[in-house]
Amino acid sequence: MASEAVPLTVHRGPLAVIYEWLGTADHKKIGLMYIVYALLMLVVMGIEAVLMRIQLAHANSTFLSPQLFNRLFTLHGTTGVFFVAMPILFGFGNYVVPLMIGARDMAYPRLNAFGFWITASAGLLLYGSFFAGGPLSQAGSAPDFGWFAYAPLTSTAFSLGHTTDYWNLSILLGGIGSIAGGINFVATVLTMRCPGMTLGKMPLMAWMNLVMGSLVLVTISPLTAAQMMLMADRYLGAHFFDTAAGGSVVMWMHFFWIFGHPEVYVLIIPCFAFISEIVPVFSRKAIFGYPAMVAATTSIGFVSLGVWAHHMFTVGMPSYGNAFFVLTTMVVAVPTGIKLFNWLATIWGGKIRFSTPMIFAVGFLFQFLIGGLTGVTLATAPFDWQLGNSYFVVAHFHYVIVGGIMFSIFAAFYYWFPKMTGRMLSETLGKWHFWIFLIGFHLTFDSLHVPGLLGMPRRIYTYEASRGWESWNMIASIGVIFQGIAVLIFVYNVIASYIKGAPAGNDPWDAWTLEWATTSPPPEYNFAVVPAVRSRRPLWDIKHPDDPDWKYE
Amino acid sequence: MQAPNQKQTSLSRLSAEGRRTRREYLDWIIWRGVLLLVAVLGTGGIALAASGGASPTNIFAPDSTPAHSIYRLSVFELEVLGAIFVVVFSLLAYAVVRFRERRQGDESEPPQIYGSNQMELAWTVLPILIVVVLFLSTAQVIHRVQDASPPDGTIQVTAVAHQFWWEYRYPQYGLVAANELHVPVSDPNHPTPTYIHLLSADVDHSFWVPRLAGKTDLIPNHPNNMWIDPHDTGIFLGQCAQYCGTQHAKMLLRVYVDKRDDFDRWVHQQQQPAASDPSVAAGGALFISKACFACHAVRGTIAAGVVGPDLTHLMSRDTIASGAVPNTPENLRKWIRNPDTFKPGSKMPPQDLTDQELDQIVSYLMTMR
Repeated sequence: MASEAVPLTVHRGPLAVIYEWLGTADHKKIGLMYIVYALLMLVVMGIEAVLMRIQLAHANSTFLSPQLFNRLFTLHGTTGVFFVAMPILFGFGNYVVPLMIGARDMAYPRLNAFGFWITASAGLLLYGSFFAGGPLSQAGSAPDFGWFAYAPLTSTAFSLGHTTDYWNLSILLGGIGSIAGGINFVATVLTMRCPGMTLGKMPLMAWMNLVMGSLVLVTISPLTAAQMMLMADRYLGAHFFDTAAGGSVVMWMHFFWIFGHPEVYVLIIPCFAFISEIVPVFSRKAIFGYPAMVAATTSIGFVSLGVWAHHMFTVGMPSYGNAFFVLTTMVVAVPTGIKLFNWLATIWGGKIRFSTPMIFAVGFLFQFLIGGLTGVTLATAPFDWQLGNSYFVVAHFHYVIVGGIMFSIFAAFYYWFPKMTGRMLSETLGKWHFWIFLIGFHLTFDSLHVPGLLGMPRRIYTYEASRGWESWNMIASIGVIFQGIAVLIFVYNVIASYIKGAPAGNDPWDAWTLEWATTSPPPEYNFAVVPAVRSRRPLWDIKHPDDPDWKYE
Repeated sequence: MQAPNQKQTSLSRLSAEGRRTRREYLDWIIWRGVLLLVAVLGTGGIALAASGGASPTNIFAPDSTPAHSIYRLSVFELEVLGAIFVVVFSLLAYAVVRFRERRQGDESEPPQIYGSNQMELAWTVLPILIVVVLFLSTAQVIHRVQDASPPDGTIQVTAVAHQFWWEYRYPQYGLVAANELHVPVSDPNHPTPTYIHLLSADVDHSFWVPRLAGKTDLIPNHPNNMWIDPHDTGIFLGQCAQYCGTQHAKMLLRVYVDKRDDFDRWVHQQQQPAASDPSVAAGGALFISKACFACHAVRGTIAAGVVGPDLTHLMSRDTIASGAVPNTPENLRKWIRNPDTFKPGSKMPPQDLTDQELDQIVSYLMTMR
């Protein structure tokens, strides 16, 4: 064995390594590229956030021009949703799901590579706007209409130059990449499972990525359609969103939000998946209520398609229309509650090991509870007439995106990094990362609820001192310093541990799903022999031959 | 398939070699973490109550029926959600502390429990009941606010949003004002509410004066309506709440709630054409020759532009630039020379005028009371 491995490592030049990564169709390499790409974009959007928080720390600040501020929040939001959250979750799904279901790759490996490269190019195209967007007078250097790009700000009348076109094409291409990924998740989970793994014996991670993939197919399509309509308006003389010619700007809102709200679930469902894998392993108990978790996930998937207009309570829908979307949105709270209680019941009676993945998962549980409850206030149309488009909304969705999604991504990172690299991340640095990030997170996003309640709208580049918003904004900006330090610790931990971390072995967490049955990192073919399973926790069965799961399921 | 039990470095074994003090250290961290979180939330609530009193745009200080209805619903809902929060937070905190691994290196697994139909049914049905209660109370308020019909004596205002200022038309009185909305106070026993018809001249905007009502968007070719019935006189502040372009931040709202007499006096005064003062004829001529009239109207002259604010009674306003700065001669002068001084990105272009011309224009505008 060793004599075969030596020539491989010695004789490959850097060019060969680059070719290997550029041309790979291996789900693990693609997964890693998604993750690395997303982390680089995370740094970019983080820098944008820091600049905005410096500007907003004081009233009447002139640190940034209004034009630049508006570009920053547009890029921050667009980057965050399309080029950080989606890719990183696709990356983990790509890497882990085939391993978990005992497959040797995704169903369509080359489509998978296509999906990554098109998504990655789309992100670069968005920032290409800075280099080629605005040679005309008065044309900006980057899109400046917010990530949901309400018409008619994107029309040729209000957006001179080509910044809107860069955004437009970027989202169009990113959507194509996402659909490629979505198809792959659905096909992989439905067709590539190892012998014995029926749908009811899949790990929850596989279930949740199946639902996520299906949602991507349904929700990205209207977004892509809207981008094509926008392009037709701008270049082919169409009038979809041209009110002077009988078009409707409200139609853009409908198209955008029937993508935009299910998108939230596209992002959070894979995070539910991480939590549903990590909480049981570190509580040393099987997930509580597996069938209910599956049912809750699929029903969130379905219900999420009927809630979009809760983003439009202030648009002037009739009272019964508003009431309908209040009801559908509140209904989402029921399956979401089921999930939270099932995680709680999984912890209950367990023996919790507070390794870094678990403390991030516990952080998720607390913060997701709060983010979920503030979500109910926003679902209440009359309350939303006050809270909508205020800093309360900013605080709410950052609570879900940072406190929920990002915490669970960090949990997943600490959990699967040993599998991906063969080395453990430092637990000490991991705990520093957690606590400093936790403090920063709460300083920033707990505080930001308050100016919203005191009437501060989002997307303003400055505000008056007399409104009572300044001290809260200052605290929020101070929190960003903590978050920044924590992320630097994380980056250092990743690099240092990759080089000289403790060897991980195959199964450092004493876990139960199939990815831990192969080496770390896994060989290209994943499993020398395709495994066969009899229960949801195949490794539990092997570790406890006297008390296997398949006797109870 | 590889045999999974040939794990090399189980974490539990690693930490088995750790010291007991480390364990205690962890306990300390967990407890302090939970306490810290509770303390942060608690002090946050107190600080909120304290700073709310100092803010002119606090949503929890309603002074008009729609804002009151929302406020009462909000408080009820926050009580329900607060109770849920306390219960679930406590259960989570208890479980996390109570069920942590206590002894190092204990390889035995806890009893495996796969689910419980009764419990899962309970935490499905209970949330459904809460959702039903919240939905019904919400639907009631939606109906009460949205479907209310205007009584006799209602003031009608048409608000037209522009990048980045507000135009107010009073069809009943045949007058046009800008940026400062005047309405009469409404006695709850004899309500004289103001119904606002919301239009946009360009992009999406939103009318939000938190103490008077929730926000409603102004959308091109999609008219909306809202209403307010302020119970007290005073100035109520707000600002555009739907991103509308470069100067979205300085598209401020000022609502002047006047005693009925004062309101009638204001209406009468606004109905007059512009005063014509021969001493500022030079400024008046400049207003025409420098094409100010192409955008601005001054009733009683040939200036009838509709792109910018009507200036007929400019000096009756406390502020200029949609509430961005006080209406003083110096500010007027700076604004006309270059509006970017106060509002970079505003739609009014800088004016290439000599100092003398500026003086003349400002003197002319100063007569528009």
